[in-house]
Amino acid sequence: MAIPISYNLRNVTQRPWSTLATTLGIALVVAILVGAFALASGFQAALVETGSPENLIVLRTGADSEISSGISRDAANILRALPEVQVGADGRPLASAEMVVLINQPRLGQGGSSNVTVRGIDAEGLKLRNQVKVVEGRMFTPGTDEVIVARRMARRFASCGIGDKLRFGQRDFAVVGHFTAGGSGFDSEVWGDNAVLMPALNREGAFQSVTLRMRDTTRFAALEKQLEADPRLGVQVRTERGWYSEQSALMATIIRVGGVFITLIMAVGAIFGAMNTMFAAVKQRTREIAVLLTLGFTPTAITLSFLVESVLIAMIGGVAGCLIALPINGITTSTTNWSSFSEVAFAFRVTPVGMAVGLVFAAALGLVGGFLPALRAGRQSLAASLRAA
Amino acid sequence: MNLFSLVLVNLGRNKLRTTLTLMSVVVALFLFCALRGVLDTLAASIKVGSEARLVTRNAISLIFPLPLSYRERLLAIPGVKSVSYANWFGGRDPVDPGNFYAQFACDAETYMPIYDADVEIIAADSSAVPLPVPAGIDPKLAMFMSERDACIVGQSLFKRMKWKLGQKVPVSGTIFPGTWTFTIRAVYHAKDPAFGEESMLFHWKYLSEKGMGGQGIVGWYVLQLGDPGRAGEVTRTVDALYANSGAATHTETERAFQAGFVSMYGNVPFLIGVIGIAVVFAILLVAANTMMMATRERTAEFGVMKTLGFADATLFRLVLIEAGIITFGGGTLGALLAKFAIEGSRFNAGGFLPPMTISWTTVAIGIGVAVLMGATSGIIPALQASRLRIVDALRRVE
Amino acid sequence: MGLVTVREVHKEYRRDTQAVPVLAGLSLDIDEGDFVALMGPSGSGKTTLLNLIGGIDQPTSGEVSVHGEAIGRLAPRQLARWRSRNIGYIFQLYNLIPVLTAIQNVELPLLLVKMKGKERLERAKHALDIVGLGDRLKHFPRQLSGGQEQRVAIARAIVSDPTLLLADEPTGDLDRKSGEEILSLLERLNREFRKTIIMVTHDPHAAERAHRVLHLDKGVLSN
Repeated sequence: MAIPISYNLRNVTQRPWSTLATTLGIALVVAILVGAFALASGFQAALVETGSPENLIVLRTGADSEISSGISRDAANILRALPEVQVGADGRPLASAEMVVLINQPRLGQGGSSNVTVRGIDAEGLKLRNQVKVVEGRMFTPGTDEVIVARRMARRFASCGIGDKLRFGQRDFAVVGHFTAGGSGFDSEVWGDNAVLMPALNREGAFQSVTLRMRDTTRFAALEKQLEADPRLGVQVRTERGWYSEQSALMATIIRVGGVFITLIMAVGAIFGAMNTMFAAVKQRTREIAVLLTLGFTPTAITLSFLVESVLIAMIGGVAGCLIALPINGITTSTTNWSSFSEVAFAFRVTPVGMAVGLVFAAALGLVGGFLPALRAGRQSLAASLRAA
Repeated sequence: MNLFSLVLVNLGRNKLRTTLTLMSVVVALFLFCALRGVLDTLAASIKVGSEARLVTRNAISLIFPLPLSYRERLLAIPGVKSVSYANWFGGRDPVDPGNFYAQFACDAETYMPIYDADVEIIAADSSAVPLPVPAGIDPKLAMFMSERDACIVGQSLFKRMKWKLGQKVPVSGTIFPGTWTFTIRAVYHAKDPAFGEESMLFHWKYLSEKGMGGQGIVGWYVLQLGDPGRAGEVTRTVDALYANSGAATHTETERAFQAGFVSMYGNVPFLIGVIGIAVVFAILLVAANTMMMATRERTAEFGVMKTLGFADATLFRLVLIEAGIITFGGGTLGALLAKFAIEGSRFNAGGFLPPMTISWTTVAIGIGVAVLMGATSGIIPALQASRLRIVDALRRVE
Repeated sequence: MGLVTVREVHKEYRRDTQAVPVLAGLSLDIDEGDFVALMGPSGSGKTTLLNLIGGIDQPTSGEVSVHGEAIGRLAPRQLARWRSRNIGYIFQLYNLIPVLTAIQNVELPLLLVKMKGKERLERAKHALDIVGLGDRLKHFPRQLSGGQEQRVAIARAIVSDPTLLLADEPTGDLDRKSGEEILSLLERLNREFRKTIIMVTHDPHAAERAHRVLHLDKGVLSN
């Protein structure tokens, strides 16, 4: 017969101070774990959501980022003319051959500078990206040196306000609008007209990528094979989603691994702390344990009871940790995506999965930390502890 | 028997608890120093950048190139002793795409002499016939210099990849498409570990022939100054020279250039700092909890000591010193462990950081923080012990 | 045949490397319905004897039987079950669980038996009524006086209706008046409810309440 859980609950609530210390320790560990996962999730979400499921992106074979890719004008024209490409209401194919470069811009508020992505888009460029909306000011006028800046980036870099002039390539570009892009990778970019940007930056020879909207997404695999085999083109083809997912994989993994690593080390410390508390609890309740044994509860029941208590304390810490981590949800931060060498602004994303991992982790901490003390409680010699009373 | 030995006896009373608390502090301090070590390492990587060398890149950003034709004019600027140039190759390992290492194409004749003081050639293939070597270059590099597709690799990288001298290494080009093969002809060792030994260098001429159709496109220029004091002057001269040309330049000391890379980490150092603080808090909690548990158990004992004549202040000091010893001991162990284990293993996060350094300052700060936390956590229990009334202590506590 | 039979029981403890003999070949019989007091100087082994009869400890040699069952041969699991069904233990220091209320403390032994929650509550209440604390069900031990705590302990000891009540210095920690009340309660349990009681005490006044007094000295009975 098991010892009722209310016994454990009571003990936990009646010894608030020592419980609190252990709980807080575990809460901190869980908070950091959840935070690291939130950082990684936010980063990944920012990039993965960049893609539309109907869009294809074409880059040069072997390129591992848009900036190291090059597609000739001829190739771009061939791609635009493909029958698989959807045609817009105005009869023009929904395709955008784009220039993607990095400009080094000083940060606002923080010292130093960082690389910002500048994308020169075609007339169809905006139509291809449903999630992009100009929220302040207006869209740039094609054929002029006007640009729009993602709102998230505008807050972090100098000269990005509406009416400001962004200077690069020895020219001034007027910022006429801010846009949002649904939390995707485009939320870290500056957009302008291809036709103006490419000559300005001496990049008339080739585009970096061509994005196409497919008529029929089931044709993707066949089209990929066809294009990649075409010697005139020398390209690799990806779904837009798949491409941005790849671009985020490395960094997200680094963040997660780093977070888990740090958390594991902290966990070792937390386990020692939990062990300490539980050993003390067992010692303090020597007589109680003796009574329970006298009454006829088995040593196994006692061991289980203390284990349950340890897990209970740890879970309270786990919940507290999730609550501590919760407020960071939505806070934006930025760092350089080493895969693309450019700055990516993203928001922390505390996910249910992240929190679940945190809770399971807390339970595990409670189990491991409470194991030896619980064992000791159960192994307590009945006669010896009554004599010691 | 003095106060100190009394403290030691008390700590030995419940060895399990003392050990567990000590271990918690060790772990916490280890982590604290390791995290600060990341920041130390980034700072050290900046310091490796010389103030007597300038880096000139395209003003727009590093991904825009500069023409080779700039070289003559740069060399002619007063204060500039020599000029070299390099390009980022950015290739991938065709066998293991997840394996990352840096490849550069450089003008070896001018590049190697500039970095002569920073590296040492520790292994090199030599040819049967003695080959001539340009002035200022280590004779061991003779074979490297004479072969178009030869390369030099850093010792760390060489060991990690288990390469051999003379081995042909394939690299998939990303910016310069195709599969490129380089023959390892020498291995370099960095005199300052923060310099890094994870790179591969090959000949710029080869890149130009095979990848640029013979064109002269340079990633960045390195200018060796005759007099480091003239850095500011030369910087201004270079940038003014090309301010209105097709490819305007941005010049800075190599140190500033390195710092720019570090600043690209953005908020990450801040986040690491936050975690460090959380860790410190955790130590505080653990130590405080332990002290309070121990004090509670010894209530009767303290009462007896007071009847014997021990002063309140003495008991206060006793408890405080106990807290301090555990945290000092644990803190020192954890900090030293971090320094020697992490530095000793040359941990470099899989090639993402240069080999980690943990400065003695960080170790000292770590120990200081631990002791401070110990003292803080010990104050309340110490006060409790000192304020205990004998009557209360000796009454049987249920 | 008596309820409790002790035959040639030896018990020694180990302190570090030394063997300390406590019981040296003791034998006795206790009948059902008996009220026995065990007296003797400190260290004479009276608590040890009580523990052996209660299945809390095992003899080094010899046999202890309750109801004809040789409890020395039971495995620890079985012994635990046997204890829950047959023994009610009353300690000197009450040993109530501080985080549980009076009624919850009394309910505790019943958790080891298959019983519905309602029935359990009824029986616990009944036990508390018998000991005269029917109005203190929801109180915590710290809210009760020493005498009241001991009475809760007694209620706990009788709630599963055990054959045997073992009391180790039940009045040792109480004042005169409370002690008298406890002893009267024990007498009543023996007289009205036919409980067999073995009580260890060093107080001759308490021993007077018993039917029989046994003296232990140096590990053997001395009368």
